[in-house]
Amino acid sequence: MSALVASRRRTLRDRLGNPWARPRFLWVIAIVYVVWILVPVVDAVVFSFNEGRSITQWQSFSMRWYTGDPDASVLHDAALQHAVLQTLKLSLLTALVAVPLGVLFAIGLHRWRGATAKTANFVMLFSFVTPELILAVALFLLFVHAFEVIGLGTGAELIGLVVLSLAYPVVIVRARLLSLGPSYEEAANDLGASPLETLRRVTLPMLAPSVFASAAIVFALALDDFVIVNQLSRDASTQTVSIAIYGAARTAPTPAINAIGTLMLATSTVVIGAAVIAYRRLERARGPAAAPVP
Amino acid sequence: MSSGASSARGRSWYPRWYWPSFAAPATLFLLLFFVYPFYVVLCVAFGGVTEILREPAPAWNPASWNPGILGFTLSNITHTDGLYHTAFLRTFAYVGLATLACLLIGYPFAYFLARHAGRWRGLFVALFFAPFWISYMLRMLAWISLLQDDGLVNTTLQRVGILQTPYPWLAGKPITLIIGLTYGYVPYMVLPLFATLDRIHPSLLEAGRDLGASPGRTFWRVTFPESRQGILAGLVICALPMFGDYFTQQLLANTKGTRMIGNAVVDSLTIPIFVPRGAALILVLLVLLIGPIIYYLWSTQRAAAQVGVAA
Repeated sequence: MSALVASRRRTLRDRLGNPWARPRFLWVIAIVYVVWILVPVVDAVVFSFNEGRSITQWQSFSMRWYTGDPDASVLHDAALQHAVLQTLKLSLLTALVAVPLGVLFAIGLHRWRGATAKTANFVMLFSFVTPELILAVALFLLFVHAFEVIGLGTGAELIGLVVLSLAYPVVIVRARLLSLGPSYEEAANDLGASPLETLRRVTLPMLAPSVFASAAIVFALALDDFVIVNQLSRDASTQTVSIAIYGAARTAPTPAINAIGTLMLATSTVVIGAAVIAYRRLERARGPAAAPVP
Repeated sequence: MSSGASSARGRSWYPRWYWPSFAAPATLFLLLFFVYPFYVVLCVAFGGVTEILREPAPAWNPASWNPGILGFTLSNITHTDGLYHTAFLRTFAYVGLATLACLLIGYPFAYFLARHAGRWRGLFVALFFAPFWISYMLRMLAWISLLQDDGLVNTTLQRVGILQTPYPWLAGKPITLIIGLTYGYVPYMVLPLFATLDRIHPSLLEAGRDLGASPGRTFWRVTFPESRQGILAGLVICALPMFGDYFTQQLLANTKGTRMIGNAVVDSLTIPIFVPRGAALILVLLVLLIGPIIYYLWSTQRAAAQVGVAA
């Protein structure tokens, strides 16, 4: 232990005398940055366990706002629970629709050349950078004035979230296809595989890690979205957690709102964590041939 | 390029409709739910309102488009006493200041991540990505509690001696809104900067060092010019969503004196007679932002092409 400390000290002394050393002010900035970004999150999680009604004055630890309180806790507030279910339903459906659409689009565009392909690609990327409010208002007007059959509500929310997230699987999978190169598919073809066999037995398995990664990203994106769902939800029955938090934050928030936010945070952490583990496993199983996307 | 040769060979293996058929579903989806909505925006903005109910009446035929509402909206933006004039000026000021703050904070952090984090890099990258999957609303709710008179920010500033009495952060202060916007969007600045800085080859820096440049000089003569692409991409990707932000204003500085374009748009959608004005405002916003959007698309395409050549 003391040897470690001594060697640390030595490197520290070396660094102080060396102009190429790590500038300490960058370390300070980095740590301040991380604290600044994460302090609110820690605060929100801590106050979800507050005994009192306040989200500024800490009283003592309790599960009141999760389970204890007979009216206002997450367990007993039907409106909050409905919001959680609606959010999970929308996020799952968004991933189920956007990921296959996006992956197929990426596979097609990887080989399809010409003006139509270029235009399709441009529109896709344009959807990626269009400010969300512009997208949300355009879709709002679409569902109110043109596609009244669908109207506002869950269907509109789902379509809006798919438009918002469609480009993520496309970008991720295309980067993967680019790094894989054409040799595997050429080999499969030379060995007599039909186009569909090549897709099913060569291309798709090699794309699996990036498909998982994009599914997790789309799910997390839909889980936290506010602008699209706020514009496209119909009434309380189609409101999501982010709308509930927004509404409460503007009036009188109780720690139950923090509790529900904490639960969503736990959900997305589990999803992202599972995706990272799955990605690593698949990467390792594929070996060095499937090197990560540059 | 090798991909060109392989696609030439590819044509002999696959029927011509094979690859387009993969892209068709998403393309159709985008046509219906991304391209067509913009046509609807045009029809609503160039339409009118019905006689009795005062509801928007979209003009579906471009031949009957009426520029009245758009003209009205535009003159209310350009005239100094117009309805939307101050909101537009304010939005540009807030977005400009917040984007600048994002750059000033994001650049050193991205530089640190790319160059100096060492074996802590994994941890810092993980912490950096955390806000991407933590609800924006939850973080803003936390800021509301932190910025109260008896919240952590005021008590800390008082204890350190910077403030004598609590500062009323939440009483509609532009400074709170600008800090809030910076907080919300700074990760989007770090992302492209980190990608660019991380790609600068160490041999360039070694060359600078070998030629006798000091660390500071190497930074200004090598690293900074090399990262210009990332800075521009970061500025665009940070500022674009800020122009459409209205919820940060609602949560952190909800007064008339801090209203932004986004607030004007969202509010006009709630009153039927004002919906065409909301559509016109969205058109104006889109026209203003189309330049940066195209620039961003062009620069990322070019960067992707460079990476493709390198690989």
